[in-house]
Amino acid sequence: MPEASRPPPRNPVGSLVIIAAVVAVAAAAFAYTAGWFSPERLTPQKLVDGFDLRMPPPLGHRRNHAKGICFTGVFEANGAGSELSHAQVFAKGQYPVIGRFNLGTPNPDADDSKERVRGLGLMISTPDGQEWRMAMIDPPFFPVATVEAFRDLQIASASKEPDAMAKFAGAHPEIAAFGGWAKSAPWTGSYAEEPYNGLNSFIFTDSSGNDHAVRWSLTPAAQPVPVPPEELAKRGPNFLETEIADRIKAGPARWTMRVTVANAGDQTVDPSKAWPQDRRSVEVGTLTAQQIEAEADGPCRDINFDPTVLPGGIRTSDDPFPAARSAAYRVSYDRRTAEEKDYPRTTTGAAQ
Amino acid sequence: MTNVQRIRPVRVIHRFNPLQRTLHWLMAVCILAMLFIGVGMVSTVASGYLTLVNIHKPLGILILILALIRLVVRLRYGAPPLPLDLPEPMKLAAYLSHYALYALMIAMPLIGWAMLSAAEYPVVIWPGVWLPQILPLDPSLHTLLWNAHFYLAFLFFALILMHLAAALFHALIRRDGVFDAMGPRLTHDEVAPAE
Repeated sequence: MPEASRPPPRNPVGSLVIIAAVVAVAAAAFAYTAGWFSPERLTPQKLVDGFDLRMPPPLGHRRNHAKGICFTGVFEANGAGSELSHAQVFAKGQYPVIGRFNLGTPNPDADDSKERVRGLGLMISTPDGQEWRMAMIDPPFFPVATVEAFRDLQIASASKEPDAMAKFAGAHPEIAAFGGWAKSAPWTGSYAEEPYNGLNSFIFTDSSGNDHAVRWSLTPAAQPVPVPPEELAKRGPNFLETEIADRIKAGPARWTMRVTVANAGDQTVDPSKAWPQDRRSVEVGTLTAQQIEAEADGPCRDINFDPTVLPGGIRTSDDPFPAARSAAYRVSYDRRTAEEKDYPRTTTGAAQ
Repeated sequence: MTNVQRIRPVRVIHRFNPLQRTLHWLMAVCILAMLFIGVGMVSTVASGYLTLVNIHKPLGILILILALIRLVVRLRYGAPPLPLDLPEPMKLAAYLSHYALYALMIAMPLIGWAMLSAAEYPVVIWPGVWLPQILPLDPSLHTLLWNAHFYLAFLFFALILMHLAAALFHALIRRDGVFDAMGPRLTHDEVAPAE
């Protein structure tokens, strides 16, 4: 612009105030969005920190379900699931899997006979380049109904107040069902004898575009043999890992995958409430674990079994947990991958 | 001023061309949305988290494509000259900040995509449409890229605030036509031909 044509500058003070105000408002909006003015916001960092309340964080390991062992195998779809979802994983065929047996504890050195909840992480890859990831546990329902209740449970179980858990149970009565399961469900001596339940509700979309609210489970082919926990305690702190490695060396372990379809009107928002037993279920295929590998240098180590990594044909429902789990799993992953050196990649690393 | 321009033998560009202005304002909206979505999504476990992530990834790819187009357009059509009387430090700041903004517009989506690849997370730009991985699984690379993506996002936002402050400084205080070069319409600075 030729300088001569420029109108004389205004009194700059007012303009400077305007500029400062615009920048300040923009910066404040950004800080607000980032949660810097909302210390009460439930962040994924807080959820992950919640696992560290009782003991120092397991550096290099997952922040929860910290103890685990990798497996590889196949998922063989029988084709029946295609009725519910157009995802390639349900088309008849065999798809490679990477999985992880684990214990529901933030302690990577936990005693296998002391941990009530056993889990299984799974990633199934299909030739179309997509994946279906999930992380399942053996109880038939989740302990709490909401993400906020889960946070409260973390605080209550780490609390030194003698009545913290009683208070929690008063505010969140759904925990009673989980307590009942923990007391009464038989313990087994093998990861291969456990059922694993997805618990969260998802939406399958079939090739005609129809949606179906579903949950899914793995039922073991091996007959569960109840073993009292006092008996399991005599088998050593890593008996589950030793057992599954020996078992699969001798022959693969199998589970049937069942997809249960909600009736119209069944709630999908609350994983602490199982659907009635009579709901239609479809056997969609068989999971076969073919080889066990130690986690320290195994293929499951650096995989995040984020339950929101879903192929086309599967999406999340109004169940709030998958989003919260995804957010928290990311934080756990970011932390443990940054602490790689604390968990050496040697086969003995797992035992350290 | 119109008379002065009419008798000028050499045509001086005073404004970015309409394509450049369209790209600038479209990307301004996209990038601001992207930065707010980014800081918002990493600080919540609410179900909106997934919605934000599902926007963040395709929007990042869109910004990458727009940024590459914009770079080509900029190299092809250039930019109007800065006012002759603009102090040298301000000129330098203008040049450097523009290089930095272009670098970030292109680098941030690539770093994000590479970071996800290094963790074997999918880059889903549409349900069922997965982009290929551009790096193998590598935890230490993931950490490096994560840190880069995180801190550069704040640098990016700070640069945008500086850019905004500078634009308003030109528009309100210097009134030297620099704002109008990219502005959505001519302000009183430039005399319309009818006047």
